[in-house]
Amino acid sequence: MKYLCLVYSEESRLHTQPDSPKDAECLAYANKVHASGRMLAAEALQPVHTATTVRMRNGKVSITDGPFAETREQLAGFYLVEADNLDQALEVAAHIPAARVGSVEVRPVRELQPHDS
Amino acid sequence: MPLPQHAVHAQIESVYRAESRRVLATLIRLLGDFDLAEEALHDAFRAALEQWPRDGMPDNPRAWLVSAGRFKAIDGLRKRARFDALDESHEQIAATEDPAPWDKEYVEDDRLRLIFTCCHPALAPDAQVALTLREVCGLATEEIARAFLTPAPTLAQRIVRAKAKIRDARIPYEVPAPGELPQRLDAVLRVIYLVFNEGYAASSGNALTRGDLSAEAIRLGRLLCELQPDPEASGLLALMLLQESRRAARATPEGELVLLEDQDRTLWDRALIEEGIGLVEQALSSRRFGPYTLQAAIAAVHAEAPDAADTDWPQIVGLYDVLARVAPSPVVALNRAVAVAMRDGPATGLALIDAILADGALDGYHLAHAARAELCRRLGRIEEARAGFERALTLARQEPERRFLQRRLAAL
Repeated sequence: MKYLCLVYSEESRLHTQPDSPKDAECLAYANKVHASGRMLAAEALQPVHTATTVRMRNGKVSITDGPFAETREQLAGFYLVEADNLDQALEVAAHIPAARVGSVEVRPVRELQPHDS
Repeated sequence: MPLPQHAVHAQIESVYRAESRRVLATLIRLLGDFDLAEEALHDAFRAALEQWPRDGMPDNPRAWLVSAGRFKAIDGLRKRARFDALDESHEQIAATEDPAPWDKEYVEDDRLRLIFTCCHPALAPDAQVALTLREVCGLATEEIARAFLTPAPTLAQRIVRAKAKIRDARIPYEVPAPGELPQRLDAVLRVIYLVFNEGYAASSGNALTRGDLSAEAIRLGRLLCELQPDPEASGLLALMLLQESRRAARATPEGELVLLEDQDRTLWDRALIEEGIGLVEQALSSRRFGPYTLQAAIAAVHAEAPDAADTDWPQIVGLYDVLARVAPSPVVALNRAVAVAMRDGPATGLALIDAILADGALDGYHLAHAARAELCRRLGRIEEARAGFERALTLARQEPERRFLQRRLAAL
């Protein structure tokens, strides 16, 4: 089963705390998860000031500046992992270095059904 | 010669009481789904009611029930699968070989798996409590709702959501790995103590039902000690037994609260005290004990004292000192201050309570103001005592506590 681990953090705190992770540590952890065979994808994101939100309404594209919602903590990155159960996914999520300054939301992936009944 | 019908029915009933939770725990493992397992459990007992009076009791009723339940579930899935689109998980269950379900260790582990899954930290705390009482203890949803003064549909919804999360997020049906075990055991202990306190706290709820909750928590505590021996599990069981031992003395027949120092100690249940003290000693000697064992040790010192004045207060203060190091909290500091007041006099205790209240964390806690008022009263500072009891009264929510505070105020 696939789990998406969404890493949230206050952008102003992400890189400024004594416990803030450096890129090298984040890369090393990603490599470790990769070596364990659980990794499907993982990326860090540019800050939310780079975000653009797109909607399709009545056949018309609407484009707005900014994230879809203003929140205190922002999406900073993600891991998509393969795990047998929630405990295994939580184990990966808990050791993502940014979890020390932010929060990681773990969500099971819903497989889309090719033939809806 | 077959037994008379009613005798077999009585036997099936006693098998249900003794075995239904074990059978359910194993069926959940074999079928991989709570709802499917519950349905299978009912089908198995329905089959027993048909077959046992005719064919006699099986040698191993539990094994028979697990087999029957598993067979019925797989049969039902196959029938449904003919109408449904091909469903992988159903095929998978049908293909699963029965992995030695009668192996004693395996089956005991199933009960432990059930406990750990119901108390999984990924479930909301109130859902953990509801699910544990429903699945591990076998209480009906309506019973749990009554005991928690919660509308039954709300509680049913909570259980449905918890089961959905177990299924959809795939919370594993496993005893945690050794590395995770201490933390996960803490979660189980917390659920058990929550259930106990819900049954023990003075409240306006139906006294009988709530006492049953404490009994259920003690049963759970015993089960856990048997399945997963651990000093803190023993400590928690001891704490519950020692608190339970005072049940008859802690309220008047009219339901009025009686403070520990005023309780008629001949009403304390000596058998529970003896068992509790034995467990505390055992847990303390392990040197791997924690906050439950320390609280139980404090309760044990009270249990051994003939009255409040002849209580070993220095030892109680010493135990609070350790507790404050292991699990510091403002409430522990408050209780320590009260013990210090008993050891060194009310003025010393009052200074400590004033420092705790100045910190602000306990400003909304009625017992902090009541404790301060009580020490003021002993020091003859009546106006301060009145103000303290009045403040406590505005914060207290439970009726017996409110009546107690009103009596205290009137007696000033």
